Amino acid sequence: MCMLSTKATCNSHGQDSSYFLGWQEYEKNPFHEVSNTNGIIQMGLAENQLCFDILKSWLAKNPDAAGFQRNGESIFGELALFQDYHGIPEFKKALAEFMSEIRGNKVSFDPSHLVLTAGATSANETLMFCLAEPGEAFLLPTPYYPGFDRDLKWRTGVEIVPIHCTSSNGFQVTETALTEAYQEAQKRNLRVKGVLVTNPSNPLGTTMTRNELNMLVNFVEDKGIHLVSDEIYSGTAFSTPSFVSVMEILKERKCVDDNGCSELWNRVHVVYSLSKDLGLPGFRVGAIYSNDDRVVSAATKMSSFGLISSQTQYLLAAMLSDKKLTKNYISENHKRLRQRQKKLVSGLQKAGISCLKGNAGLFCWVDMRHLLRSNTFEAEMELWKKIVYEVRLNISPGSSCHCTEPGWFRVCFANMSEDTLDLALQRLKAFVTEYYNIPEVNGHHQTIRLNHSRRRSLTKWVFRLSFDDRSPIPGR
Amino acid sequence: MGFTLSNQQQLLSKIATGTGDSENTPYFDGWKAFDSDPYHPTTNPQGVIQMGLAENQLSFDLIQEWVLKNPEASICTAQGAKEFKDTAIFQDYHGLPEFRNAVANFMGKVRGNRVTFNPDRIVMSGGATGANEMIAFCLADPGEAFLVPVPYYPAFDRDLRWRTGVQLLPVACESSNNFKITRAALEDAYEKAQKANIRVKGLLITNPSNPLGTILDRETLKSLVTFINEKNIHLVCDEIYAATVFTQPRFISIAEILEEEDVVCNRDLVHIVYSLSKDMGFPGFRVGIVYSYNDAVVNCARKMSSFGLVSTQTQRLIASMLSDNEFVDRFIVESAKRLEARHTRLTEGLEEQGTTCLKSNGGLFVWMDLHKHLKEQTFEAEMALWRTIIYEVKLNVSPGVSFHCPQPGWFRVCFANMDDQTMDVALERIRNFVLQDKEAAVVAMKKKKNCWQSKKLSLSFNNYRRFDEVNMSPHSPIPQSPLVRAT
Repeated sequence: MCMLSTKATCNSHGQDSSYFLGWQEYEKNPFHEVSNTNGIIQMGLAENQLCFDILKSWLAKNPDAAGFQRNGESIFGELALFQDYHGIPEFKKALAEFMSEIRGNKVSFDPSHLVLTAGATSANETLMFCLAEPGEAFLLPTPYYPGFDRDLKWRTGVEIVPIHCTSSNGFQVTETALTEAYQEAQKRNLRVKGVLVTNPSNPLGTTMTRNELNMLVNFVEDKGIHLVSDEIYSGTAFSTPSFVSVMEILKERKCVDDNGCSELWNRVHVVYSLSKDLGLPGFRVGAIYSNDDRVVSAATKMSSFGLISSQTQYLLAAMLSDKKLTKNYISENHKRLRQRQKKLVSGLQKAGISCLKGNAGLFCWVDMRHLLRSNTFEAEMELWKKIVYEVRLNISPGSSCHCTEPGWFRVCFANMSEDTLDLALQRLKAFVTEYYNIPEVNGHHQTIRLNHSRRRSLTKWVFRLSFDDRSPIPGR
Repeated sequence: MGFTLSNQQQLLSKIATGTGDSENTPYFDGWKAFDSDPYHPTTNPQGVIQMGLAENQLSFDLIQEWVLKNPEASICTAQGAKEFKDTAIFQDYHGLPEFRNAVANFMGKVRGNRVTFNPDRIVMSGGATGANEMIAFCLADPGEAFLVPVPYYPAFDRDLRWRTGVQLLPVACESSNNFKITRAALEDAYEKAQKANIRVKGLLITNPSNPLGTILDRETLKSLVTFINEKNIHLVCDEIYAATVFTQPRFISIAEILEEEDVVCNRDLVHIVYSLSKDMGFPGFRVGIVYSYNDAVVNCARKMSSFGLVSTQTQRLIASMLSDNEFVDRFIVESAKRLEARHTRLTEGLEEQGTTCLKSNGGLFVWMDLHKHLKEQTFEAEMALWRTIIYEVKLNVSPGVSFHCPQPGWFRVCFANMDDQTMDVALERIRNFVLQDKEAAVVAMKKKKNCWQSKKLSLSFNNYRRFDEVNMSPHSPIPQSPLVRAT
């Protein structure tokens, strides 16, 4: 057998993580409302399926965009030939304006600083290629999106050093944690090139506070490093506190061009995509926004390896230029996400399960620590397997997101119908009742708001009951 | 904080601040000239005609007709809208099954159904650009090398090397035998690498060739297979121009060679790169394919394809179009016919003026021989001639040096990215230039002949060294700029 590259034979593509394994199990036995009602319900996929009707109705009213035409004339040839990595100007303009609109027009984006990429996956990798050498590092707050292990590290050779966040303060980034992470990198002889945050956060479903953002900006300014803000979920911030983009923070500090902190200005980069806000992951629409011309220039050339199909650029240019559509979409999207999240949260409460209070994203960060056999990741895996194989829900275990505390799970709510969500919640409730025999109070399961020691003793008690007559090893 | 400029520069990677993107080249003059003064038959008849862009624009009418007749292929029309949601949320890197099936079907048809392709071995990528980079990432580590016969597509320097750290080492091919890839040249290149302590991981060929427009014959293909098997290195065949072969001898794919009885080959070593950018004329849709006979490579490439998946909107359109067998059969035949007609128009027009091209039967360009017009047989003279052609003759053609051609005087001239009238204007301009240059050329020829005789041996050595300079210098000329006018 001949030699392939090290990249081909190692496993830093991260695909052996449980995050992906859950998907695989789902693929083998996928739930279907009609044909496979016993199948696994996919709650591990952060998709936004709530507003397709709005897009479809727009399409029906705008046949030109749909049919490769402009004013009734075919532009198929023009589009088919267009491979300029600067992108279709109308599309970039529309995208820049959309990004601004999502931020309540508090900041504006210059289309000439926007680089189009094949999804945020490509945007993040490209930024790493531009900002760091192999062996250098970026600091990331945990828990973080499992795909970063592949996107940021695999082909680039860049390292991730975690900034440990805990439930003690709702997983917010603290200065201590930041400093510790930086020191850890130095101990490992890794040169830190920047910090990368996801805001709103995946998997937490929360937006970063102004304090956190300012603290981060101070930190990168002090250390002279980059700040990458992946704002892919910016359009999903459905309730207060409202989303604050890092660009707003910079604007507030008057970090524009020559005014005092231009170097810092050049070191802050935003990643965006239409996969979450518009629910179009298949179309591969990502973007890098940077104030540094050299980054824009290098990233633009690199985008050659993953340009956005001109067919798609054209469609979306038309869509996003329609301000009536974008205004309506943004507000309707918020409304539906808010309702759906509420449904999930209250359903979980009925099962005695609480969540981190979230205001954004397509998922909840769910606290199942009280359901663990022990405060360990082994116990988390055990619980996860039960949930996948017995309860038949694919949710994402916190360990796959590098969470430092066992017992947290990411549960998605926007990628299914309401009925399916209801069913999922029923299954979960039934599972908790059966396994943990938590007595119902006033028709609801008692919401467990115990402090940690009481929770531990409850857990012991609960498991003593359940393990007497059941094997803790799941059936499959 | 007072950061000096060098500190600031250190904040970006070497990849970002270096010149491995291969675009910082004097060649850009051609593109700038075209961009600032583009030809238009009515509004700018004196403008620069773009003949440096290998696009296939000859058969759009067929495709447009198909698109109009098949509204359900677009997910945005009334007929196709019911598929909008499922298509929009589908992000599986395996790609839509119907897309892979249709592409496999198309690839087979382009090869006259002499071979079939397994859809499960088809991996998507961001165009052939993405495919070539991806295959390099899969097969080689930084510092390792691929052998590439010269002349070759300039952007390989970027695609295969830039972010991968992989090296490209030339395999010398001479105009004296029509740039044939000889066993001796392969061995020579391999040995050179060994001596320099560079590990060779594979051989990359483009067949049909860019910039030559020629196809590899059966014996050559077999000898390549023998070579890579003996050395236990990979063979990457970029067959992006497969359907552009318009006349005999017919195109032979590496896939066919593998099926031959007397061929012994470890299939794990063979990989095909493909795209719809040239055969169909869809560079904007970014449909690149890696087809590997090696399961581990398919596996790895599939994961890497996450960085450059084909938009599902496009996958669906292509799936629909390329599974329409009647349309595909008709398209392949008609496209080849039109390419042949255009090729003939250009080559005959050039012949009339005493300008020869390498005999070719594929591609979207001809490899034109202008060494008679060089003041001296050097690359400097070639660049000087090139500047004349751009600024005075007003044609953007691509100088051979940018393709790492070992001998000066060759130019790649594209013919499929314009209409007949524009082609005629271009020919007229060349005719005028040739006439003007004839006298001077005759005189220069007499002088050159004497020089040529005595300098022949040392010239080839100088050329090779010149190639190294061109290759390794910060100003490697790269003509294939992606800048394209949209209208």
